Amino acid sequence: MRNLANPFTLRERGIMGMNQRNFSYIGRYNDRALYPNVDDKLKTKTLALEYGIAVPDLIGVIRYQHQVTHVFDILAKHNGFCIKPAKGSGGKGILVILHSDANGYQKPSGDYVPKDEIIRHISNILAGLFSLGGTADVAVIEALIEFDPIFDGLSHEGVPDIRLIVFQGYPMMAMLRLSTHASDGKANLHQGAVGVGIDIATGKAKRAVQYDQPITTHPDTGKKLADIQISDWQQLLYLSAGCFEMSGLAYLGADIVLDKQKGPLVLELNARPGLAIQIANGIGMLPRLKAIEAMDRRRTKSIAERVDYAIKNFNN
Amino acid sequence: MYSRAPFIFFVLILVLIGLGSIYYRHVEMGVPLTAGEQIEIWQIEAQLEFTGNDAAVNAKLTLPTDINYTLLDETTASPAYGVHVLRDELKAEVIWSKRRVQGKQTLYYKASYKKAVNPGTEPAAQGSPELEVWPEPYQGSAQILLDDAFNKSGNQATLVLQLLDLLNSDHQHMAMLLSKYSKSEVLVQLMTMAEMPAMLVRGLVLEGGRRNQQLIPLIKAFINDAWQIINVDSATTLNDLPILVWQQDSPSLFDVEGGRNSKIFFSISKSSQSGLLEANRLINRDDVIDFGLYHLPIDQQNLFRGILLLPIGALVVVFLRVIIGLKCSGTFMPILIATSFIQTELVNGVIGFLLIVSIGLVIRSYLSHLNLLLVSRISAVVIVVIGIIILFTVLAFRLGLTEALTISFFPMIIMAWTIERMSILWEEEGGKEVLIQGGGSLIVAVIAYLMMDNVLIRHWAFNFLGVHCLIMAVILLMGQYTGYRLLELRRFKPMAED
Ligand SMILES: Nc1ncnc2c1ncn2[C@@H]1O[C@H](COP(=O)(O)OP(=O)(O)O)[C@@H](O)[C@H]1O
Ligand SMILES: [Mg+2]
Repeated sequence: MRNLANPFTLRERGIMGMNQRNFSYIGRYNDRALYPNVDDKLKTKTLALEYGIAVPDLIGVIRYQHQVTHVFDILAKHNGFCIKPAKGSGGKGILVILHSDANGYQKPSGDYVPKDEIIRHISNILAGLFSLGGTADVAVIEALIEFDPIFDGLSHEGVPDIRLIVFQGYPMMAMLRLSTHASDGKANLHQGAVGVGIDIATGKAKRAVQYDQPITTHPDTGKKLADIQISDWQQLLYLSAGCFEMSGLAYLGADIVLDKQKGPLVLELNARPGLAIQIANGIGMLPRLKAIEAMDRRRTKSIAERVDYAIKNFNN
Repeated sequence: MYSRAPFIFFVLILVLIGLGSIYYRHVEMGVPLTAGEQIEIWQIEAQLEFTGNDAAVNAKLTLPTDINYTLLDETTASPAYGVHVLRDELKAEVIWSKRRVQGKQTLYYKASYKKAVNPGTEPAAQGSPELEVWPEPYQGSAQILLDDAFNKSGNQATLVLQLLDLLNSDHQHMAMLLSKYSKSEVLVQLMTMAEMPAMLVRGLVLEGGRRNQQLIPLIKAFINDAWQIINVDSATTLNDLPILVWQQDSPSLFDVEGGRNSKIFFSISKSSQSGLLEANRLINRDDVIDFGLYHLPIDQQNLFRGILLLPIGALVVVFLRVIIGLKCSGTFMPILIATSFIQTELVNGVIGFLLIVSIGLVIRSYLSHLNLLLVSRISAVVIVVIGIIILFTVLAFRLGLTEALTISFFPMIIMAWTIERMSILWEEEGGKEVLIQGGGSLIVAVIAYLMMDNVLIRHWAFNFLGVHCLIMAVILLMGQYTGYRLLELRRFKPMAED
């Protein structure tokens, strides 16, 4: 019993559990018919362009096996790029190429990939190797994101991203995810990545956890985590708020990365975002969700209004 | 706004249907609540003997109409006689008839009875019967005895006890009455005088292995708003040995026209049978609308015996996932594994499962080097699983380990998918997650197995289909449970501190 929290204390502190998330928010607010908007990365990208949401540039799409060899015509114009399955998840089938030269295509690890490896990778994507249930898929090629140097020394191998939970268009809670040696470059908290709770009002780090325990420095690099201040925070809030109109999903997780030149870009949307963000922030999300639910909805609010509301009200 | 009323209503309906059908099956049809429940069945044989007068014979035997017993079946054995069994509201009798009969004759009537599951209530007595005044001095003595008992008693029940005491005492008035009348007659007379409805009936003491029995005189009295049987010879209201009231309201037990020297004997034997079989046998016979599956062909029944365990497994899975928060790979994979545990027995099953999955994972890791497409890879894994199973079966057979032969009951496609999922999990999330989820699945499967293998649960799942309505209701309710999962309380422990 000593290892278990008192459920009433948790309720009092507004911590949302999995059952409540599934039933009261995802099940109630997210229309299943809209899931492809976020589960299919190609569709997400098309929608994003339509709604003026900043995303990494789309370089090309390979739909059929016979197009596979044409991929090199597309790649020739770009130095770095990323090939991913449109319906993949959990990082499966993602091939990031930092730059290409006479030796071939270089991965972040430094290894070179030969041309036929690229062809095989795309063929596998098309055959559905990485998609759920093995359904046929398409390969999406997008521009390489050049990561903002403000995160230098904060991430081991992988790329830091910022996860925002957006409820009915209101950015409501945010967390920066830093991969570690323990998480093997992945950004999943349960695998040992560091979660840094970010203040919605300011974009400043609040506290950080690894394996659900508070920490103050990055376990691999030793950099202080409390100093983190995310640049372009306002712009990032606008971007995430806009994902609501774009996807139509009322309860939504937006994964945003910072590009050196283009600023915040939406990397991916998620219809079933996890709950670890509460641990990283040290607060429960129910009070905020309830506040938004209780609001007068006779007039639809603009993105600017929603962001203003979030900045004023979600500042702890 | 979203309304819960229709949902609650639906759940309530399910609960009502479930409970109603269980109640009906148990109380009305007598399906026992436990599997091994035995009920007692009495076979009674009445043997009617007489000598024919070389004339036409009509032999009539009154049959019991005791509502406390249910007739299961009856037969008559009587060479070359025409036999009729007559039953209506008032009486029941069997009539044998034959044109010319000469010499010694023996007619048999056999019936088997069980205690009625839900005996109705007999209509209350319509006033006391008319008093037939006995000649003096007997009537006078009876009056004295009654007054004596009346003074020593407070109500009907104690009055009866007093009368019974007197009946067995050496009171001089009683001695006089008994010199002319039988004990039963005296008691009926006294009770009638006290305006308590009472009548003489005759019944059979049901005790197994008795031969050459006769009906014993009994008194059926309406005491405290219920009919009771009193056996004056043992001087108690009888509960120790069951008694079947055979003759009531009819002047004679048997009656042979055209014969003489007629006698009757009863012999009784007792056997016990599965209450379940008996209940279902009756249902078939009476052709009631029934919710049981016993009229299906046997192999169909056996199929349903298995299928009807799946809801139990589903309940376990939903509970462990929603309330406890266990992670397992594949939603219902554990149930299928649990069903194969039923064939293999638990220990063999768990060892077999671990063997197949671990060897499968090793081979699968080699396959992943070949970089195959999903369909061919999974197909290859299926064949590998079949190979492993054949290998183990043959090995076990050679080594004489017959228990291990059941390994072939594992569902191969499911095992292949399990291996595939686990191996993807291994590549993506590492061996620890495989242990967590694989262990989770195994725990769920073992718990589901323990539930599905429980004799009582199996009995209920098959014989009380209403249980499935209840399970459905519980599953629906859990589908709306928004509280924390048990394991979340551990996960969020740091949030509840400081
Ligand atoms: N365009 C890109 N440039 C560089 N890295 C990328 C790019 N796209 C994805 N990645 C890397 O791959 C990871 C997973 O990508 P994501 O689009 O979130 O796919 P998934 O749905 O599989 O998680 C990201 O966290 C990032 O590290
Ligand atoms: Mg992602």
